[in-house]
Amino acid sequence: MTAVTAPPAAPAARRPRAGYLWSAIAWLVGIAFFFPVLWMVLTGFKQESAAATNPPTVFTAPTLDQYRAIFDRDIMPYLINSAMASVFSVLLVIVLAVPAAYALSLRPVVKWRDVLFFFISTKMLPIVAAVVPIYITVKTLGMLDNIWTLVVLYTAMNLPLAIWVMRSFFLEVPKELLEASALDGAGLPTQLVRVIMPIVSPGIAATALICFIFSWNEFFFAVNLTSTNAATAPVFLVGFITSEGLFLARLCAAATLVSLPVLIAGWIAQNKLVRGLSMGAVK
Amino acid sequence: MTVTTPDAGRAATTRPARKPSQRQQLKAQKRAMTPKERFVRRLPLLPALVLTIIVTQLPFVVTLYYSTLDWNLLHPEDGRRFVGLSNYTQAFTDETFRTAALNTVLMTASAVLISMLFGVGCAMLLDRKFFGRGVVRTLLISPFLVMPVAAALLWKYAAYNPVFGLLNAPAALFGAEPTDWVSKFPVASIVAVLVWQWTPFMTLIVLAGLQSQSLETMEAARVDGAGPWQAFRFVTFPHLRQYIELGLLLGSIYLVQTFDAIFTITQGGPGTATTNLPYFLYLEAFRAFDIGQAAALGVVVVVATIIVSTFALRVISSLFKGTEAHA
Repeated sequence: MTAVTAPPAAPAARRPRAGYLWSAIAWLVGIAFFFPVLWMVLTGFKQESAAATNPPTVFTAPTLDQYRAIFDRDIMPYLINSAMASVFSVLLVIVLAVPAAYALSLRPVVKWRDVLFFFISTKMLPIVAAVVPIYITVKTLGMLDNIWTLVVLYTAMNLPLAIWVMRSFFLEVPKELLEASALDGAGLPTQLVRVIMPIVSPGIAATALICFIFSWNEFFFAVNLTSTNAATAPVFLVGFITSEGLFLARLCAAATLVSLPVLIAGWIAQNKLVRGLSMGAVK
Repeated sequence: MTVTTPDAGRAATTRPARKPSQRQQLKAQKRAMTPKERFVRRLPLLPALVLTIIVTQLPFVVTLYYSTLDWNLLHPEDGRRFVGLSNYTQAFTDETFRTAALNTVLMTASAVLISMLFGVGCAMLLDRKFFGRGVVRTLLISPFLVMPVAAALLWKYAAYNPVFGLLNAPAALFGAEPTDWVSKFPVASIVAVLVWQWTPFMTLIVLAGLQSQSLETMEAARVDGAGPWQAFRFVTFPHLRQYIELGLLLGSIYLVQTFDAIFTITQGGPGTATTNLPYFLYLEAFRAFDIGQAAALGVVVVVATIIVSTFALRVISSLFKGTEAHA
């Protein structure tokens, strides 16, 4: 393992050997945390006979059999449901959160602090406590096992986070810039398009990615409010085991497949991830 | 539940320059604005507010009502009957409820604290420049991105399996018999998965804290003759403290709702060893279909959460004050 220390301002700079050691440790820790993910991906390319051995088999001829088997077992509808629930709820979240965040930052409503803290307080209430009336209502409306039910619920679930994160991006628009453009005679629409949007659009992208992660991974509503038509990817994973017994390699292939969109989204958004997860409190 | 503490609200300002006069400014604005102007300002906010109130607030009001009913969906012929507080007395005298409450506290606290401990360690490792730092960070955040259900299944079948689980391989080197990890250490096997998934979260928050620390302060500490340990103890740690608090709080908010891992790995068992409140409520509502009882449990959970989150909001707003001071 090669580890090179650039001269940092840390005391370690004075002891280069300690620097190498710490770099090596950092690499080891990173690999250790990643190892289960790696194992999941590797096992997904094994034959069942090679997946369930003691001691574990590391090297074996890779095969796509497991992926073929999953698609034969009709994973597609579940993936499509997950994609629909996530994408539509993300779109809805952005449409609702961007104006709301604007009204809580650049042109604030009178009691903006109370509104802001109202939103965050809804995030702190456990979903389980609301699930009973939601279930009864959805059932009465005949909306059980309907993807749009999930879309609405995921939108409400992600809104507070999206509003807080978006607000933190709106606050980065320099006030002087707004004043200058107003002096130049720009009206509100021009300001929005020419001044504000270019500055906050990376924020919108980051917010969308983070809301996508939460919607895609959501399980509690999905398992309780859907059955056959609207079931999403995590429901597929759970049903997969109980119906067939244990097929570890196939399970790992399915787990890899359903985790992939979020892994990619997260890797792309990793610079903004912490800001989204802390609701804009940490930059 | 609306939070209207003026103290919490005032602290939410993130713009130091505007802070001192902002309240007066707003008051002046309020006087200057006509009702129509005020409505126009509110307009962009309304759709989001209305949806949030309908989907998150109304259900709680309904939950309150349901909690006073004797209503079981498996016995539709019995209908609903008003029974006052008996669902609550039943909840509090139910031993499973007390176990579930204790398990919730135990599992949340241990998962949050352990992942914070690991998170601080990982963040310190990543706070140096070294070859491949970006790659290591990417590797480290990956567990957080794996779908929780997939992670739980992976650990259950690939790591904990008594016959060919990965955890048995190193144990076998020391001549240990294969272990059925889940039934032997049910709580630990849940907490381990949670820690694996949430350490990246804590790492990212603490790392952001470390990197927002000004180099001048560290420099000044060193000039004043502080050693590495003293610099950490008296400069870095007080600065990090608010980030650690935020991480612990947000972690608790998310982890207290843990359902996926328990549903997947232990189904709350063996017995009730890993049944937490969300899972218990799930059993009451979607296995026993006892709507009244589940609603009462929901109310109890909400009251407990309000107590915790009042505290949480205070810490979050003090963090805003903190970032102001550093800006």
